[in-house]
Amino acid sequence: MKALLICEYREGKLLDSSYELVAFADRLGADRAMVLIGSEAEAPRVNGTVYLADAAKYGEYNPDLHKRIVLAAVERENPDYVVFVHSSYGWDLAPRVAARLRAGQVSEVVGVVDGKLEVGLCNAKLRRTVTPKSAKTVVTIQAGAFSPAASPQGSPRIERIDLADTASALEFVGYEPAEQKEVDLSRAEVIVSAGRGVGKKENVAVIAALAKAMGGELGASRPVVDAGWVEHSHQVGTTGQSVSPKLYVACGISGAIQHLAGMKKSDFVVAINKDRDAPIGEVADVLVVADVMQFVPALTAKLQK
Amino acid sequence: MKILVCIKQVPDMESRFKPNAGGEWYDETDLAWRMNEYDEYAVEEAVRLKEALGNAPEVTVLSIGPDRVGEALKKALAMGCDRGVHIQDPAPHAKDPWQIASIIAAFARDKNFDLIFTGMQSQDRGSAQVGATVAELLGLPCATTLVGFACDGNTVTARRELEGGMKGVVRLRTPALVTCQLGLNVPRYPTLPNIMKAKKKEIQAIPVAELLHEEPLAATAAVYPPARKGGGIILEGEVADLADQLIGILKEKTAVVR
Repeated sequence: MKALLICEYREGKLLDSSYELVAFADRLGADRAMVLIGSEAEAPRVNGTVYLADAAKYGEYNPDLHKRIVLAAVERENPDYVVFVHSSYGWDLAPRVAARLRAGQVSEVVGVVDGKLEVGLCNAKLRRTVTPKSAKTVVTIQAGAFSPAASPQGSPRIERIDLADTASALEFVGYEPAEQKEVDLSRAEVIVSAGRGVGKKENVAVIAALAKAMGGELGASRPVVDAGWVEHSHQVGTTGQSVSPKLYVACGISGAIQHLAGMKKSDFVVAINKDRDAPIGEVADVLVVADVMQFVPALTAKLQK
Repeated sequence: MKILVCIKQVPDMESRFKPNAGGEWYDETDLAWRMNEYDEYAVEEAVRLKEALGNAPEVTVLSIGPDRVGEALKKALAMGCDRGVHIQDPAPHAKDPWQIASIIAAFARDKNFDLIFTGMQSQDRGSAQVGATVAELLGLPCATTLVGFACDGNTVTARRELEGGMKGVVRLRTPALVTCQLGLNVPRYPTLPNIMKAKKKEIQAIPVAELLHEEPLAATAAVYPPARKGGGIILEGEVADLADQLIGILKEKTAVVR
């Protein structure tokens, strides 16, 4: 069994998530080769073949050209699996490669159960195993689901890939930096976050009051930010900030995968949710089954005494 | 200009879910259904483009599923789409994303749409495959995960959401397909007059068999609830007692509450 792993590269750097692909291949027990559209200086520190195409020529983001580079590597390597990280790069590119290969794609894999790929269903409230029915399978793995065991070491054997034709229907204009963070949640020891369960914008003040009573910062889940209840700089999750405080209190947050990915490294997690079965319970050290708007003011009052 | 929007009807994600009797999907009994949240942004963006162009473009909205998806189509029509297409399929969940994409591509192939909008993923299956696969099958340029969209004649400028709040700006020529991320716009609520008007709009019904020519490339083996990890403590009862219990635990287990 062989897996072809597609690295990620942004702003001139190999992304660490590329090593999660290696951890996934090890979990499958598959031999591996890698593809990097980047630079030789940033080649992953692994033994084995790394197919390298130059980002200066093919862009850091150009799914049109990157698809053709990956397909060229597939042709040389004939892998059983082609694996991406489930990220803005991976979920964008993987289906295009899969369609060209007429390969089944399994998205956002969180585990391997008896050799079958396990994914979430209904916002991780259920789990699902998927069986491919094609000769090759394209996989995207959930960011953070497969952790590399040790710091990477090895020296790759570089094989270059070049395309004869670099015409593309798509032009990458450039990056826009993230908005200036007014709040640096990454340094906070305590974060108290508001989710959709707080009900309305006015109620966010109640959560902010608990954060203050605990000497912490206010965080928020994506729906609350999209609704305009809280500024984006407070957002925790894959598209906000990744945090690892000593204490994380999730108030009315059901626990979408994207949110969990941003906070599950917290030392101690308290979840307050009226739904006992909410996915946030999976990562919570303490789950308080209660209405947020009743429980939080009571807790704040006791802490202030 | 001709625009297509592809929408899916999904259960309310606040529901409790359990596997169905066959163990190959979730049980649909007693679920409330609504338009996939990502697709609401797709509908809104398509309608805004139509309005910006003096209502000249025609916006077609398409959905695949049983009779109940008529409700999602009616909502999209009330938001401003012009005509609906209901691809009738009693069991869309039994088709993999490849088949769903092939059905949409088979419908769209000879229609000359200039722009196709989809959500970036569905809230239930969450594969994030269908949009990009449709584009690939139709040979269209495609940008996914949009939080910004502008269309100037036949050029689309798309702002893609990347990790950590960064954006990537991409330009592509129409005809093209884009997939929409949450926060792209603020989807409107249909007004009563527009709901009434929508009732007169055409919804064309097409049996799925007419458009499905592909075998699945992946199949669900089993559906089951997640195992509870870590052995966390669950506190239930009176609010005042709960607060005391929690403070006790935090004093014992963390250094941040004293």
